[in-house]
Amino acid sequence: MPTIDDFHAWPDAHGRFGNYGGMYVAETLMAPLAELTEAYLRLRDDPEFIAELDRDLKHYVGRPSPIYHAERLSQHVGGARILFKREDLNHTGAHKINNTVGQALVAKRMGKPRIIAETGAGQHGVASATVAARLGLKCVVYMGAVDIERQKINVYRMKLLGAEVVPVTSGSKTLKDALNEAMRDWVTNVADTFYIIGTVAGPHPYPLMVRDFNAIVGREARAQMLEQYGRLPDVLTACVGGGSNAIGLFHAFLNDADVRMVGAEAAGEGIATGHHAASLAAGRPGVLHGNRTYVLCDDNGQITETHSISAGLDYPGVGPEHAFLKDAGRADYVGVTDDEAMEAFHLLARTEGILAALESSHAVAQAIKLAREYPKDGIVLCNLSGRGDKDVHTIAAREGVEV
Amino acid sequence: MSRIDRRFAALKAAHRTGLIPFVTAGDPSPEHMVALMHALVDAGADLIELGVPFSDPMADGPVIQHASERAIAKGVGLNEVLGWVTAFRQRDTDTPIVLMGYLNPVEIHGYARFAQEAVQAGVDGVLLVDCPLEESAVLQPLRDAGLQQILLAAPTTAPARMLQLCELAEGFLYYVSFAGITGAAHLSTGDIAARVADIRAHAKAPVAVGFGIRDAASAVAIAGFADAVVIGSALVERLAEAKDAEEITVRVCEFLAPIRTALDAH
Repeated sequence: MPTIDDFHAWPDAHGRFGNYGGMYVAETLMAPLAELTEAYLRLRDDPEFIAELDRDLKHYVGRPSPIYHAERLSQHVGGARILFKREDLNHTGAHKINNTVGQALVAKRMGKPRIIAETGAGQHGVASATVAARLGLKCVVYMGAVDIERQKINVYRMKLLGAEVVPVTSGSKTLKDALNEAMRDWVTNVADTFYIIGTVAGPHPYPLMVRDFNAIVGREARAQMLEQYGRLPDVLTACVGGGSNAIGLFHAFLNDADVRMVGAEAAGEGIATGHHAASLAAGRPGVLHGNRTYVLCDDNGQITETHSISAGLDYPGVGPEHAFLKDAGRADYVGVTDDEAMEAFHLLARTEGILAALESSHAVAQAIKLAREYPKDGIVLCNLSGRGDKDVHTIAAREGVEV
Repeated sequence: MSRIDRRFAALKAAHRTGLIPFVTAGDPSPEHMVALMHALVDAGADLIELGVPFSDPMADGPVIQHASERAIAKGVGLNEVLGWVTAFRQRDTDTPIVLMGYLNPVEIHGYARFAQEAVQAGVDGVLLVDCPLEESAVLQPLRDAGLQQILLAAPTTAPARMLQLCELAEGFLYYVSFAGITGAAHLSTGDIAARVADIRAHAKAPVAVGFGIRDAASAVAIAGFADAVVIGSALVERLAEAKDAEEITVRVCEFLAPIRTALDAH
């Protein structure tokens, strides 16, 4: 792969990040995707749209989110300073709202009265239902039957917000199947429906659009670092399922060659067991859900079932920009097991009084590992992408506690 | 002239509408797959669309989705599918076969390797649902080996793009009758007729219409303005519980023969 001079120049006009990305969809979706691309590229540079989005992010989402020096955790680990970008403090409790606020405004400008979404952990479903309620749009959320079972609180939250939650019972009954079903809905109802994809996957322009809407995380963090610490962090880390919070944090720093980046994928019960969701660390290039990227599949090309304690990371593909960054050597992607994530969850709760989402707990575990690699004046900046309230039942069940 | 081109030329000369059944390879049973393919031809199929099972068939409805899941559970992959085509060709060298499916199984198999093996097996064309024109550069090894790439056109396809598809069409152009997934049941033949007439006037290849055709009546309604009709979900559903080769043959005949008769009487 040739040296990349400007990581901000991607994707190209066809939505390709080097060998990855693109538009691998049925012919029926080519026109709606072209319409969406055209609308989004226009709005992206429209001062009125940008002002409206900024207003919503400030007054509705509660941005900017702080960066927080976790002193007790850092002390406990005994290495570099660990800082958290507190996306868990956003309205609805995760970074997902950055994207749904943006896409809902695009939907409104495009005159689409109905929005659909897929969700794994339920955070994106809740964030979609939230913005739909606020803008008076009808909202249907597709969710795997397995995920509905392990994320009951979020399912109920979506219903309280007026959304219809449709259980998906095909395939592995998780996020990937919810995405298939949402695509089927969209292909059937393209005239009046806007599909809010929740991660940086799917066909172009979604990986671009979702990344743009989440890139505020890294833009803020970069400015906050310079303002509060007078320097950039040594290393960034974030969890990677589809990869939206990770690319959100990474993107503003991509051209800062001295800032290292490590994505934490779900290693589940351990990569060697086969029960994991580490597409970049253990997968191979393939085509899934409208883009070329790293996927977990067998020798027949069948997408394999994944495992992670966290529903939001339980996905056999990953955003194409991450595949691109991996091949370019700009970011590393490593696995964090269920057990490591749980341990980090508890440590963070007890040292800092923060209940992190299980997804984000993977990043916390990785931040702890990285902190040990650097001297005390080093800085590890970790995206604390969501809060853990939604996960208390899963954690209690895993630990044999009845709530 | 390719096997597909020869078949459509013969249909045109005989003033007949082509009948293209779709079956999911390996469903209802891998061991009777070759018998099923011959039964399709005996019942009047002009061309066979063989679905390569994929775990995440985004453009398919529940019937074909479940058929794919059943086939995958029985270990069916491209190697098996190509094996059945090879076996089928021992007795039938005339009926064109198009493999229909999604890109990932071919990508993982390897494009060059797939192209060579498919041609050797006797496959004539491929229809890769999630590989639109823009991404089809990866299919060059398939074209080089002589496999025809069947393109899809849809009601949402913009006019300029439609002309491009018509220009590049080879084998046949597959017109998706409505914006939706396979097996859904709402056909508005008036709208389709106007659109297909327009496409036929420009297309460099015959036009087949699929999605939503379930029986003789809906096939005949389309036959008036298409070169061929494709029937998938209704047939796959009909075959789902057939237990042995005999039952498969009987069901194929009961389902397909009336459609053939109706098309020929039309």
